[in-house]
Amino acid sequence: MDRVEITKTYKIYIGGAFPRTESGRYYTPKRGEKALGNICLSSRKDVRNAVVAARGVHNKWAGKSAANRSQILYRIAEMLEGRKQQFIEELILQGSTKSQAVKEVIASVDRLIYYAGWCDKFAQVFSSVNPVASAHFNFTAPEPMGVVSIVCKEESGLLGIVSAIAPVLAGGNTCVLLASEQRPLCAITFAEVLNSSDVPGGVVNILTGKRTELIEHMASHMDVNGFLYCGTDKKDINTVQQLAVENLKRVTIRAFEGLMNDDHNTPYYIDDFIEMKTTWHPIEKIGATGSAY
Amino acid sequence: MGKSPTLEFDSKWDLSPAPESTGHINLKDQYDLFIGGKWVKPSSKKYFDTINPATEKVIAKVAEANEKDVNRAVQSARKAYNEVWSKLSAGERGKYIYRIARLIQERAREFSVIETMDGGKVIRESRDVDVPLAAAHFFYYAGWADKLKYAFPNRNPQPLGVAGQIIPWNFPLLMAAWKIAPALATGNTVVIKSAETTPLTLYKLAEVIESAGLPPGVVNIVSGAGETGAAIVNHRDVNKIAFTGSTGVGKIIQRAVVGTNKKTTLELGGKAANIVFEDAPLDQAVEGIINGIYFNQGHVCCAGSRLFIQESVKDIVLRKLQDRMESLIVGDPMDKNTDIGAINSKEQLGIIKKYIEVGKKEGATMYQNTCDLPKKGYWCRPTLFTNVSQSSRIVQEEIFGPVLAVQTFRTIDEVISKANNSPYGLSAGVWTDKGSKIFNLTSQMKAGIVWANSYNKFDPTSPFGGYKESGFGREGGLHGLKPYLNL
Repeated sequence: MDRVEITKTYKIYIGGAFPRTESGRYYTPKRGEKALGNICLSSRKDVRNAVVAARGVHNKWAGKSAANRSQILYRIAEMLEGRKQQFIEELILQGSTKSQAVKEVIASVDRLIYYAGWCDKFAQVFSSVNPVASAHFNFTAPEPMGVVSIVCKEESGLLGIVSAIAPVLAGGNTCVLLASEQRPLCAITFAEVLNSSDVPGGVVNILTGKRTELIEHMASHMDVNGFLYCGTDKKDINTVQQLAVENLKRVTIRAFEGLMNDDHNTPYYIDDFIEMKTTWHPIEKIGATGSAY
Repeated sequence: MGKSPTLEFDSKWDLSPAPESTGHINLKDQYDLFIGGKWVKPSSKKYFDTINPATEKVIAKVAEANEKDVNRAVQSARKAYNEVWSKLSAGERGKYIYRIARLIQERAREFSVIETMDGGKVIRESRDVDVPLAAAHFFYYAGWADKLKYAFPNRNPQPLGVAGQIIPWNFPLLMAAWKIAPALATGNTVVIKSAETTPLTLYKLAEVIESAGLPPGVVNIVSGAGETGAAIVNHRDVNKIAFTGSTGVGKIIQRAVVGTNKKTTLELGGKAANIVFEDAPLDQAVEGIINGIYFNQGHVCCAGSRLFIQESVKDIVLRKLQDRMESLIVGDPMDKNTDIGAINSKEQLGIIKKYIEVGKKEGATMYQNTCDLPKKGYWCRPTLFTNVSQSSRIVQEEIFGPVLAVQTFRTIDEVISKANNSPYGLSAGVWTDKGSKIFNLTSQMKAGIVWANSYNKFDPTSPFGGYKESGFGREGGLHGLKPYLNL
C-alpha cells in the first residue's frame, strides 16, 4: 500500500506564533484544476491582533542596534538559502516554470543580503549635521516610522514579499502584511523562515485572505503609521489613500514591475518608511552673542 | 497658586514707550493679485479688509481670488515653467533667489513693521526672527539650485512642475519663504496663497520679486480664504501641494488629492511636551518655557503647550514661572519692549477664550498675569493651568494661543509615555543637565524636532516637520528639497 501523504496546513503568522484565523474560514486557491491548499481567510480581528503584536514589539526591534538588525536580515537570507528547494517547489505549484522559480528564489536571497547591508549604513547616507547660525549643535537623523501595513504584489509569490519587507525591516519598522491572494503558499513558508531567523515574534506578521475584505481594515487602523501598497489596482489604491488620511498614514505605492531588476535595490525604499528627527542643543561659547536657550 | 511672595511688580517696572516708527513704510490702500508678473484685478471683483488686530483699524483692501483667478495663476505658472524656468540653467535660477534674499534684507525694517501691523506680533520678533529668517531661507536655498545631485546620491532629481502653496497667518512672510525658496531652487514654479488675515507682506514680497526681475509667472501670489485654497488644491494642473495649517484642513487637503498624482507636504498642528527635570538649569528652563509657549502669542504649531515638571521641583519652577509671567508686557506690538502682542484675529481670540473656559470647567486651576490690557484690539493674557489631567481637552487639543497646561511626573518612563500620548508629534523640549538623559529623551520623543535645553529655535539649514498627525515632509535643510523633486 502506498504511504498516505502528509499535507501541510497553512496557517497565519501573528506575534511569532502560527494561529488559525479567528474567522474559522478558508479558501482554496487553484492553479488550473489543482488546488494549492486550504488557506486561512483572515478577518478584521486577525488584522487587529497582528497590529497589536507589531506595536508591542516595535520598541524592541527599533531599539536593537543597527548592526544586530543587519545580522538578523542576513540570517533570514541564510535560512532561505537553506530551504531553496521547498520554495522552488511551491513556486512551481503556483504556476512558475522551474527556471523562473529558481531565479526568483535566488533573487530573493540576494535581495535580503542587499538590504541586510543597508541596516547600519542608510542612517549615515540620509542624516545631516546642520550648520545653524546660532550657538547650537543641530543634527537630523532617521528614526523608524513605526508599524507598517503591507499589501504584497499579487503576481509574485516570494520575491514580492521579500522586496517589500526587507527595506521596511531595515528601517527598524514592524509590519503586518497581506500575502498574494492566489499565490499565498510561499508567504506562510517564509514565515517559517522568519521564525527560525532570530526575528522577534511580531516584527513581521503575515496574513492570508481576500484583499477586498482586509485592505480597508489595514488602511484604517489608527495604530498603523505607514502603508506600502505593491501593485497597480486603482480601486485598491484609492481605498488605501482615502482611509489612510484619518491618522495621516504615510502611503507608498509601488508598482513593483520587473522585480528581478536591480532597480529594486535602493536605500530610497528604506527612506520611504523612516521619519527624520532634528535635535538641537546649545553650545556653550564664551563671548558668543545672544542667548542660546 | 497665590500671588508671588518674593517679588513685587509695581509701577517701578514700567518702561517708557519705545514705539517703532511706521512713517517709512509704503502701503497701498488696495492690493490686487500678483499673477504672471502683473498686478491683476480679481475676476471676483471682491476685496476684503485686512485689519490691524492691535487697533482693529483697516489697513488695506485686498483682492479675493476665485477659481477663475486661481486658474489664471496656475496657467501663468505653467507657462513660466515650460517656457522659462525649466530651461534656465540651475546656476542662473539660484542667482534670482539670491537677489530675492538680498532685497528682503535691504527692506527688512519695512517688512518687519508691516508684519507687525497686519498680524499683531511684536516688532521685536518680526524684526529679529521672522524677517531675517525669511531672508536667510532664500539665501540658503539659492545655493542649492545647482547642487541638487549632491543631495540625493545616485539620483538625478527633477522638478515636479507647478507647486500650489497655502500658508498660515502666524508667520506670513517666513512661511512664504519656507515654501517659495525650496520650490524655486528645485526648479518648480509657484502659486501661493496668503492667509486671510495676513496678506500684506506677501504682496510686499511680490514687489521684491518684481524688483528682482524674476521671470513673470514663476511666482504668483493670490489672497483669499478657504475657497481660494480649495481652488489651488483641486486644480488639475498643479503637481504639488504644500500646506501649513491645522490638522483638520490638512486632512481635507489630503483627501482631495486622492486619486491624483499630486505630491503633498503637510505641516500641521502640534501639542508639544516641554519636559523639565529636577537637575535642569531651572532659570534657563523657565526662560525656555516662556519662550516655548508665549512666543508669538502662542500662535506657533510647535509651541511647548504641555509642560511636564518633575515633582521634586514643581513648586520652585511654578513660582519662577509665575514671577516671569508677571513681568511680561502685553500690549502695543509696535513697542520694542512688548513681549506679547495682539491675538491675530477676533475669531482666534474667541477660540482661545473658549478653551480657557473649557479649562476652568474641567476643574483646572488657572493663573494669568495681571498687567493692563489696551482698550482696543484683541488681547489674551499669558495663561497657565495646573491640576489638569492627560484627558483634559486643554491637554489634548491644540489651542494656538498663550495657554500652558502644566502636569507633573516622577519617573522618566512616566514622562515619556505621557509626552507621547498625543495624536500630534511635531516637537518636544527637554531640560536637564545630564547628557545621557538628554539623548534618552530626545530619542524617545515621537516628534520631528526636539529642542534640548532650548526651545523654538529655527534655522534655514534645520529640517522642520512632524510625526503622526502633525503631518509629513520636511521643510528646511537638505531634507526640505526632497518634497519638491522626483528622484
